[in-house]
Formats: sequence, C-alpha cells, structure tokens
Amino acid sequence: MGILDSKVPSGPLADKWTKHKNEINLVNPANKRNIDIIVVGTGLAGGSAAATLAELGYNVKTFCYQDSPRRAHSIAAQGGINAAKNYQGDGDSNYRLFYDTIKGGDYRSREGNVYRLAEVSSNIIDQCVAQGVPFAREYGGLLDNRSFGGVLVSRTFYAKGQTGQQLLLGAYSAMNRQINRGKIKAYNRHEMLDLVLVDGKARGIIARDLVTGEIERHSAHAVVLASGGYGNVFFLSTNAMGSNVMAAWRAHRRGAFFANPCFTQIHPTCIPVSGEHQSKLTLMSESLRNDGRIWVPAKLEDAKAIREGKLKPTQIAEEDRDYYLERRYPAFGNLVPRDVASRAAKERCDAGFGVNKTGEAVYLDFSAAIMRYGKEKALTSGIKDPSDETVRKLGEEVVEAKYGNLFQMYEKIVDENPYKTPMMIYPAVHYTMGGLWVDYNLQTTIPGCYAAGEANFSDHGANRLGASALMQGLADGYFVLPYTIGDYLSDDIRTGPIPTDSPEFDHAEKEVRERIEKLMSGSGKHSVDYYHKKLGKIMWNKCGMARNAQGLQEAINEISELRKDFWENVKVPGDMNTMNQELEKAGRVADFLELGELFAKDALHRNESCGGHFREEYQTPEGEALRDDENFKYVAAWEYKGEPKDAELHKEELIYENIELKTRSYK
Amino acid sequence: MNLKLKVWRQNDAHAKGKMVDYSISGIEGDMSFLEMLDILNENLINEGKEPVEFDHDCREGICGSCSLQINGEPHGPDRFITTCQLHMRKFKDGDTIVIEPFRATAFPVIKDLVVDRTAFDRIQQAGGYISVNTSGNTVDANAIPVQKEAADEAMDSATCIGCGACVAACKNASAMLFTSAKVSQFALLPQGQVEATERVKNMVRQMDLEGFGNCTNTGACEVECPKGISLENIARMNREYLKAQAKG
Amino acid sequence: MSALISSSIARKVVMALSGLFLVLFLAQHFTINLTSVIAPDTFNEWSHFMGYNPLVQYLLQPILIAGIIVHFVMGIALEIQNNRARKIGYVKYNGSANAPWTSRNMIITGLVVLAFLGLHMYDFWVHEMAYKYVEASPEDPTRYYAETVEKFEPIWRTVIYVIAFILLAMHLWHGFSSSFQSMGWNNKYSAGLQTFTKIYAIAIPAGFIFIALYHHFNPITH
Repeated sequence: MGILDSKVPSGPLADKWTKHKNEINLVNPANKRNIDIIVVGTGLAGGSAAATLAELGYNVKTFCYQDSPRRAHSIAAQGGINAAKNYQGDGDSNYRLFYDTIKGGDYRSREGNVYRLAEVSSNIIDQCVAQGVPFAREYGGLLDNRSFGGVLVSRTFYAKGQTGQQLLLGAYSAMNRQINRGKIKAYNRHEMLDLVLVDGKARGIIARDLVTGEIERHSAHAVVLASGGYGNVFFLSTNAMGSNVMAAWRAHRRGAFFANPCFTQIHPTCIPVSGEHQSKLTLMSESLRNDGRIWVPAKLEDAKAIREGKLKPTQIAEEDRDYYLERRYPAFGNLVPRDVASRAAKERCDAGFGVNKTGEAVYLDFSAAIMRYGKEKALTSGIKDPSDETVRKLGEEVVEAKYGNLFQMYEKIVDENPYKTPMMIYPAVHYTMGGLWVDYNLQTTIPGCYAAGEANFSDHGANRLGASALMQGLADGYFVLPYTIGDYLSDDIRTGPIPTDSPEFDHAEKEVRERIEKLMSGSGKHSVDYYHKKLGKIMWNKCGMARNAQGLQEAINEISELRKDFWENVKVPGDMNTMNQELEKAGRVADFLELGELFAKDALHRNESCGGHFREEYQTPEGEALRDDENFKYVAAWEYKGEPKDAELHKEELIYENIELKTRSYK
Repeated sequence: MNLKLKVWRQNDAHAKGKMVDYSISGIEGDMSFLEMLDILNENLINEGKEPVEFDHDCREGICGSCSLQINGEPHGPDRFITTCQLHMRKFKDGDTIVIEPFRATAFPVIKDLVVDRTAFDRIQQAGGYISVNTSGNTVDANAIPVQKEAADEAMDSATCIGCGACVAACKNASAMLFTSAKVSQFALLPQGQVEATERVKNMVRQMDLEGFGNCTNTGACEVECPKGISLENIARMNREYLKAQAKG
Repeated sequence: MSALISSSIARKVVMALSGLFLVLFLAQHFTINLTSVIAPDTFNEWSHFMGYNPLVQYLLQPILIAGIIVHFVMGIALEIQNNRARKIGYVKYNGSANAPWTSRNMIITGLVVLAFLGLHMYDFWVHEMAYKYVEASPEDPTRYYAETVEKFEPIWRTVIYVIAFILLAMHLWHGFSSSFQSMGWNNKYSAGLQTFTKIYAIAIPAGFIFIALYHHFNPITH
C-alpha cells in the first residue's frame, strides 16, 4: 500500500458510506462556532461546500478570483447532471451508475468513492429542486430526463442547455443565504498564492487582493481547495480564461501529492480554431451527436479543394464521404465515448482529410436528420407527397426546436448557417480527470487540506462520462466533504483561533512576495501570453490526444527550457500594488510551466493507453487503446521534490472487488 | 481591418479617467471583440505601456464577467450576445470604436474598463434564495410537481447572467430587470411561495439602497440583455411588491 | 406616506396612478371642448356647470390640481434620483439603439406640457378665478364660448397650443401604456391595451389641436 492510505471503509460496497458516516467523529454545534474553514474556489464544489459548512455552523471564508462566486466556470456546463433516480423506470440503479462510471473511466478509479458518488446522486436532485433550480419538466409536472454520453439509460437531468449555470446559481443562492447570516465571509477578486502549514497541518493561505494588490494572511483550522481543473495548461481549451492550477499547485509544492496529471479529457465537439489570435475554444454540447453525422471527404483531393475554398461540402456526393465513426464503430457509431470520437477525428485530419483552412476540422452534418425529421413531421401533419423543399423546411423546424440555441451560437462564431451547410468541429481540451490525490474523506496528503470537485483526482478515472462533472462537484460539496471534514476537525475544538503572526505565516508571505518581485523583474523580452501559447503548443502537439515516448521526452525538455526562459525574460508591466491582470496571468502561467512538465512525465511513465491517455505505442492493430491492467492498475500520485522532473512516484493500487475488468469495446 | 479605438483609461477608483486614442491594424472578422483587445494589449505591452484592464472569463457568453459599453451600447451593436461573443465582422475597416466601462453610480470603476458589480451580489444576498438546508434530506424531487409552463418560464427568468447590461443600457441605471429576474424565478415556482413576501421587499429595499435609478419602462434593458430577459419580469416584480406591501 | 418616498416601485406606482388620473381627465376635458365646435350652447351649459357646481369646484378641482402637482413633483424627484444613479455619463450613448425617443425623454415632454399648463391656467383658470372671486362678477352662463374662441385669435397662442399638444401626444405615447407596466399589469391583454393607448395618445391631442385650429380659423365676427 505504500504511504498512500485511501481509507476506504471495509465492508460491502453499498454499506461503506453509511458505515463510515456512523463511525466518524462529529463536532458538536457549539464547538463548530469556534472553528474556521477556508474554501478556495466557489464553483459547484466550493460553493456547495461553503454553504453547507456554514449552515452546519462553521465560520467559512470563501475565496475566488472572479468578481462574484456566480461566475465560476461550472457555469459553462451545458448538458446536464446524472442521478440514479430511475424516474424513467428503465432499470437504472446506484449500481448501474457506479458501473457505468467505472467502465467509462476505463477502470482507473476507486470503487468505494464512485459507489458513494452514485449513492448520493439522487439527493443532489432533491436538494436542487428544493432550492428552486428550474430543471426541465414533462407536461405532467414531473422532472424530465435525457440520455447522454453513450450509456443505456436516461438519467440526465437538465435545465435547457444551461444546467451548470442553474446548479451553480443554486449553490450561489445557498451561499448568499449564509453570507446574509454572517456565516460566510466572501473574498471575491482574491487569489490564493500559497498554502500555509503549521506543524504539518494546513492552517491558512496567503492571498492577494486583486483590486488593491495587497498580500493578505488568512488562517483557518482547515483549507478546502475547490479550484477546478488545469485544462488551461494547453492555452487553448474550453476552460475560462482565468481557470488555473495555482491553488492546487501551491498545495502540491507544500506536500500534497498530485495524481494522474496526464488524464485529460479532449471533447470531440468544439468549434475549430480559426486562427493564431484565438484565445479560447467553445464547446458545442455533446447532445449534437445524437442527430449529427460526422464525416470527412473520402478523397484527399476533395479535402484539399475544400481547404482551398474551391469546393463546398454540400457538393460532395454521398459515396465520396467517409462517415468514419459509423465505419469504424458500427454498434455505437457517432455516439462512441468522447475519447474515442476525439482520437478518430485527429486520425483523419492527420491523414490529410481535415476540412477547414487549418486542416483541423471534420463535419458534423444534420442534413440526414433534417430530412428524417421532416418526413416524420410531414406524415404526422397529414401532408401527402411533400416536396423535398417542404420536408427540409419541416425538418429544419424540428432541429431548431431541439438545438436552436447551439446552432445560433455556432452561426455567431463561424458566420455560417449550420442548417444549410454542415457544422465544422474539432476536439478540444475540456476537463482534467487528474488532480490532487485525496483519500475517501477527500483529504489530500497534507492533514487539514481537502480537495473537492475537478481539483481532486477521485472519481472519473481516466475518462469522464458526460453529465458526471456536475454530479461529482455537488456530491463532494453538499454531501461528502461537510461530513468527513468533521472527523478531522473534532481534534481542533480546543485549538482556538489560528494566529496569523506566526513564523510560518511570515515565511510564506515572504516567499510569495519574493516570487512576485521575481516575476516583475524579468528582462521584459516577451509577454506572458507568448509563453503560455508556446507551452500550449508543446502540450497540444506532444501531450495531446495521442502521445508517444519520444514526444513526451521532448516535451519534458522543452517545457523545462521554456520555464527557465520565462523566469528570465517574461515581461510583466505595471506594479503589484494595484489591479494588474498581467501579473495574475504570469503567476498562473508560472505554475502551468511546472505542471506541464509533470503532466508529460506522468504520461511518459504510464506505458499503456487508457481513457483520455492514448500512447501510440500501445494500441491494437486497428488503432484501439490497449490498456495494461497488470502493470498500471494504479493511481500515480506524484510527490513534489523540487523540479517537476524529480517528482517521486507513489502508487495507490486500485482494488476491484465488485467489478470485473474488461476491455471497453464500442464496435 | 484597421480601426481607431477610443478607450476609457483610469488608474484606479479615485483617479480621474480620460478617453485615450489607439490605432490597431490586422484585425480579422473572425476575431472576437475581446481577442481584438488582446491584440491591443499585446501591442501596448510590447511598446512598454500598461495594458487595458477589462473583465472577462469564460468567453462563451455565460459567466457574465465581460461588460463594456461599445459605441454607446452594452455588449456592442449585436443582439443576444455578450461582448466576448461579439465578432469583429460587425465592424468595417476604418471604423472608430468608442469603448467605455458600464456606467452607474452603483458600479464604480475599479480600473480602466473594470467596474465593481458587487451591488448585484448584495441584492441577491438580501433574499435571492430559498431557505432550505443543504442536508439533502428534503422531499423527493418529484414530490413537488411543477407545471411545465411555469418551470419553463422560471427557467427563462433564471438565465440571467448578472452582467449588468440592463443597468448600463438604462438611461436611469436602474437594476429592475436584474432584480426582477430573480424575484420572478422564485415567484413562478411553488418552492418560492413561502418566502415570497419578504423576498421581494428585501431585494427591492437593497436595490434602492445601492443607488440604482428608477424604472421608466423604456425597454432598453430587454433589448440589450444578452439572454433576452423579458420586461414581463419587471411587471411581475411590481405586482409581487404591491401584493407584499398590501399584506403588510 | 414614507413608503411612497422610500421605495422606487411605490414611487413609480404613484407616477402611474396620477398619470392615469390625468389621462382620464384629458378625455373629459376633450369631450367638453369638442362641444365648442359642434354645439356652442352645450359648451356654455357644461362649462357653466363645471364652473359653479360645488362638487366640481371644491372636490374635483382640488383633486385635479393635487394630481398634477403630485405627478410633476414626483416626476422631477425621480429625474433627480435617476441623474444621481449615473453621476458620470457616457462619452457616447446610443440611446436610440434600444429605446424610442419618447420613452427616454418623458422629462422634456413633461416639462413642456407643464410650461404649457402655466399658460393654459393663466388663460382660463386664473381668468375664471378672477372673474368669480376677485371681481365677483355675476354668473353668466353664456360667456364661455365667446371667451374661448377669442383666446385662439392670436396666431402665437394657437401655435403654442399646437406644439404643446404634439408634445403631450409624445408624453402619452409612452406614458399611458407604461403606467400599466409600472402597476404590474403585463399579460396577454397588454398588446391590445398598447394599441388602445397609442390610438388615444394620438387621437386626443389631435382632437385638441383640431379644436384650437378650428377656432383660430373661425373667429366670431363682431
């Protein structure tokens, strides 16, 4: 077991969580008033955790870099949230949700954690409805569900295409209630710059007020990190511009192990990059794959002509189109999991069949669906022998009712009408399964430092299923962490307030100041974005959808050199005692430059292909991923030892008692 | 495209700001407005000048961070979008673009184009929630049936992203559309009924305390709202407020 | 009363109610005036009734004056507050992009109408007060028609009246339907109501203009 103890309780899978809750220590309500907790990040996980902890009676301080907790990037999730409610009576159960999640994650997550996630999923829906989250409903007034992400049941609850927004606003409203009661003090436009340890325990943070530039000390009895994922290490991703790894990485540098950094999800349906100026990528909901057919031209010369603008996609005859997902995966077709769909797109584009001017795009075509729906509609409307034009018109109306807002968004960005010409899509970095290693209690390897939501590594293994991120964030925040943290804090009822004038705080603040001064004293050759873009290119080309040993080794060297160059030559204008967005970016990119290297190192050591991690050396002759359960059925948790390349690997073996490991097949 | 920009520059909350002219070239129609500002900033940094600070985050029109009054309109000339979704193809070569922060006494400027919108948070804190514990031990979600029309309407109100375009567009800098969207969401749902009276009173009181102006029903807010929040919400809040006052 | 001053919504409701009251008054005023064109005797009769009926004089007239005062005092108070809500204005404000001129300039149209009211009161009301209470002249139920027509003899006064009514139309164009929104009335009937208010906003001032012009071009020949 090494030094990593997952603390998963013994006993039957379905009883573990109840048993654990019954056995852990509680803090009496009067004592909770004497305990302070810091929550960094106010998305679904942080916001819900802060609200619940405050409600239980703890004194909570929240920190977010945005101007309001309501703007955390959880807000951008479109599709929905899974829950094993079985409202549709289609055979769903906690076990089935558990099973789908483990399988979807390619058998690289912990059984105990995932079962707990499935178990509390139903509570999330109850909770959110009680809070007034306006989920979609059927005409009978009951909640509606949709199917999602290649599973066999309909368990996804949704609020139009804005489920993340509505759930976040629910958590935000719960926070507001506690702010109004004085139980939460919200520090918005604040960024955590370091974690402070006293006697080996997390006892506070150093934060910068992003408006005044002031460096502040905040103490607490425990620190919860819910700061999201690190997809922006790729520069271009579907993450918000400000999403960063700083809080998690600072904790890592203070002793928290970082687990499975190479497990990154590349989402197949994003709007392709249009040029060098691009700052961010926009996701189109996965639900589009329910009706859209993905293809590229079958002939290289056609693809070339399209790229040069000499040919239009609608001019290519049916037999000259390659519906490559339907060809390769007849059973699941266009509905294969995200990682499989993404890699297949890359394979075609690398082979020269890509379609937009950059050659990195494939078509997502709704013409077949439009005609199919149109015929159906004509039939039900009693129109006999409708003309093609009528059918198309009727079909377009049906498609508009289903996906209108997405089509509109596409047209605004690309300036093409997706009803008339196929959409172009390409995969983009979307979610990071890796993160801070946590045990069953969501505690990192630093006592008193917890991680929740995307910031931890826990539940999605090597690949996340659609509509599961929202579920995990809220499960961690509303229902798991508020209980488990009590077990730790029960030892702190006599501690009293943590002073901020201790040598530990002095030291941490001094380090933070020195680091900022160093960032501001670069030679001034290049802007922060210059480095971020360079890092992103290395990551995308060598640590992206497909990786190989040589590329990864190159990436490690190149990132290491880039980091050195960054610290010598970066240019941060302005000064630190005022709002300075360049300085904020610089601090974040500095951490990405370390994480990126660890990412590559992790990917290099994992000699198998699983989930979002595809090593070209490990594939079947047909190009499918080849997992190696014998040698890699473990969580790779990295301990900080100075330079990222010196990080020390600790393995947490994954034990499967309830599930038989199988090769995923979508053929 | 070559463009002339007139941008509001202000060092901090207390400084006196002014409009500064910039020229920018090589702008393509596919760029978003914020990517155009990225290029301006990259140029400024390379010239050794301080870049223009502006709020932005998700860059896909949902977080509500980006603001900007562009040529006299919040989020610029296009409709149902935020500034991050405004594309440069809406402008012509040689255009002059005036870029200012959202203006309202309740939204003081922090720096350049960044304004402080925490007044919105305080309005929500005054009552924009349902007082239910997050224990999860509530009734089953389907124990509270909600009419589909009511649920859909509540959803339409709930899509507000809190960007402040309504305030920026309003000639009186009124926050009625923002406040009423939240009041409406809960007024339309059975879960929101219990606290309805206190909620609307408290939220309106806070809105007034923040120093927003009064509603003249010009409808500018509705037109400029990136999410198309309807004026009906304001009427509903007026109704709810009068009902609440009548109850005492 | 304190609630009326302390809450923005209540203030708007006061504006709406006083405005609607004045809208009703306009209809009544217009009806009486119209008789001056079609039936001068009826005009005299009704005018005399209005001038000497104690209910009208001692109850309705003070209410009307109070309504006008409340409407304009509140309007100005709101305007001051609204100006305070944006102390630093925009360098460029493209108001016409998202709202009609009439809705954005109620203060201008309102103040013009108010100024006109001054003239109008001087012309008719002050005259009446002087006639009845200062000079204590005898009741004369036949004098009104001639006095009214005479007022429209000078071109300058007729022009001022016409301009004022055009601005009144603009004020009503937004104000009438807007008052329902302020009172929380926005539903499936609103579209129909909107149409009615727009017709009203045009028709009533147009009618007043017609009457003014009619009398100007048809003076009583002595």
